[in-house]
Amino acid sequence: MSELFDAEMWEATKLTLRLAFVTTLLLLILGIPIAWWLARSKSFIKEIIGTFVALPLVLPPTVLGFYLLLLLSPQGNLGSWLSEVFGSPFPFSFKGLVVGSVIYSLPFVVQPIRNSFEAIGDHSLEAAASLRASPFDVFFSIALPLARPGILTGSVLGFAHTVGEFGVILMLGGNIPGETKVLSVAIYDYVESLQWEKAHVLAAGMIGFAFCVILSTTLIERHWRKKSNE
Amino acid sequence: MSRFEAKLKGRLGNFLVDVSFTIPHTGITALFGPSGCGKTTILRCIAGLTQLEGNLVVDGKSWQDSSNFLPTHRRPIGYVFQDANLFPHLSVRKNLEYGLKRIQIPRKNQLWEEITEMLGLEALLDREPSKLSGGEKQRVAIGRALLSAPEIILMDEPLSALDRFSRMEILPYLQRLHLDLKVPIVYVSHDLHEVEQLADWMILLERGHVIAQGSISSLLANPQLPLVGLPEAAVILEGGMQFFDSTYCLSLIAVNGGFLTLSQDLGVIGSRHRLRILAREVGIAKSWRDGDASFLNVLSAIIMDIQPFGEQQATVFLRLGKKAHGDALLARITRKSCDVLQLKKGDEVKALIKSVGLVSIPTVNQDG
Repeated sequence: MSELFDAEMWEATKLTLRLAFVTTLLLLILGIPIAWWLARSKSFIKEIIGTFVALPLVLPPTVLGFYLLLLLSPQGNLGSWLSEVFGSPFPFSFKGLVVGSVIYSLPFVVQPIRNSFEAIGDHSLEAAASLRASPFDVFFSIALPLARPGILTGSVLGFAHTVGEFGVILMLGGNIPGETKVLSVAIYDYVESLQWEKAHVLAAGMIGFAFCVILSTTLIERHWRKKSNE
Repeated sequence: MSRFEAKLKGRLGNFLVDVSFTIPHTGITALFGPSGCGKTTILRCIAGLTQLEGNLVVDGKSWQDSSNFLPTHRRPIGYVFQDANLFPHLSVRKNLEYGLKRIQIPRKNQLWEEITEMLGLEALLDREPSKLSGGEKQRVAIGRALLSAPEIILMDEPLSALDRFSRMEILPYLQRLHLDLKVPIVYVSHDLHEVEQLADWMILLERGHVIAQGSISSLLANPQLPLVGLPEAAVILEGGMQFFDSTYCLSLIAVNGGFLTLSQDLGVIGSRHRLRILAREVGIAKSWRDGDASFLNVLSAIIMDIQPFGEQQATVFLRLGKKAHGDALLARITRKSCDVLQLKKGDEVKALIKSVGLVSIPTVNQDG
């Protein structure tokens, strides 16, 4: 076991999970309000903002990574300000990976949550308002619980997508063990250096992980749907 | 007397809404009109769910004027939606508690007991909304609205999404509300029969305009209004139980200007009842001798007006009593009978009533 799964692989796994958890958390904090606004707003700007959020779906990760690298580099305005506030520059650091991952996975989180919010419709929200619930109260007592399936799907997609991320990370973070060397980069490295057996362990593990994630999400959603249709 | 005054103006689809009306202190006020006349929009404006220009004043307090607009959650309303709109993720109990938790009143427990008992909700409390029938859902929705201790209740066609049986199940509850509550109810409907069974007052709407408002009995018999031109034109009479003839199981009811006989036991002497007489169930005779025909209800009346109704028929507007002091009555007869009998305004005639419908349950005095 210890030969098959060495300290280096363990480090990459831990880093990947840490990145995925932090990213998913930030994605939810950011994505839920964005999804709510996109679902409820009637202004025209929302389609523009919606398009920006969706851009990473279409763009090659290298394009995103390249611009993020420029934007976050300490030579730029934003980059120098950020590195002052956070004490160190963003590129080639864990922080940089988090920023890149959040932007890269945002559409995967926002879209299902927005769909869920839109599916609620006005009826329940108006009923809540007529029962003295303020808009804030309506959001927490009605909209969030009813959007639960979308929030679950969004978090799972955001998490899984971050785990499987490669291009943005390579552009923005490089390949620093323990800091930016995540699983996908490690697999790439093993293949490059012809350590196929190690690549197999990680790659097969990723397939198993993806399978479990998708299956369990489907089952949970089915359970919820059954419960609400009973 | 009126506690609610509204003036609203604005575009709705392809016509202009421009209404001004008042809602009395108690009783059910029907916002009545054909589909698309703007009645639901007006109700939504009262709730603050839709915004048109105008003023809403309740008990001297402004809910809306040119400079302020009270949001829905600050208005002490209870809104009953067409499709119940229960929260699907909450049990019946949690649905009912939703509004109650968000208000500050003394004796919440007492209110809870009263409302759940009145609407028969105890057995439903631990059920999920998806497991309720249409009628049960609407009962829960009414209970939920009442438990937010509203100062005005707004109902948007609460029966229209229900089948006939569920309607029959809900109606008695609504009529009971009417008796028990001191809170005014605004009731949107396009079903005249429903309005006749429930409402005390009516605001008649057409394409965004109020064409009449007043007590339901006065509007139903008003020759100027389109209601008398409907095939199911009818009048509503209120009367008190006088006497029960147990031999034939007949009740005698005193209405303003005469007595009516109903072939059912209406209970306690003195109890008040609401009766409905369809225009097509009323015939006219110039003279009458007791014992000449099988009609039980033959009342003296004066012809106030005659209007043609279609090719063959005419609507005759009557007032009960020899001095036309009583309630209004409508008779729909053929134009031929009209000519043969040479009926004209001011004639004293006999109204022959084939059947008198009882509108379900006892009613309170309108000013009660």
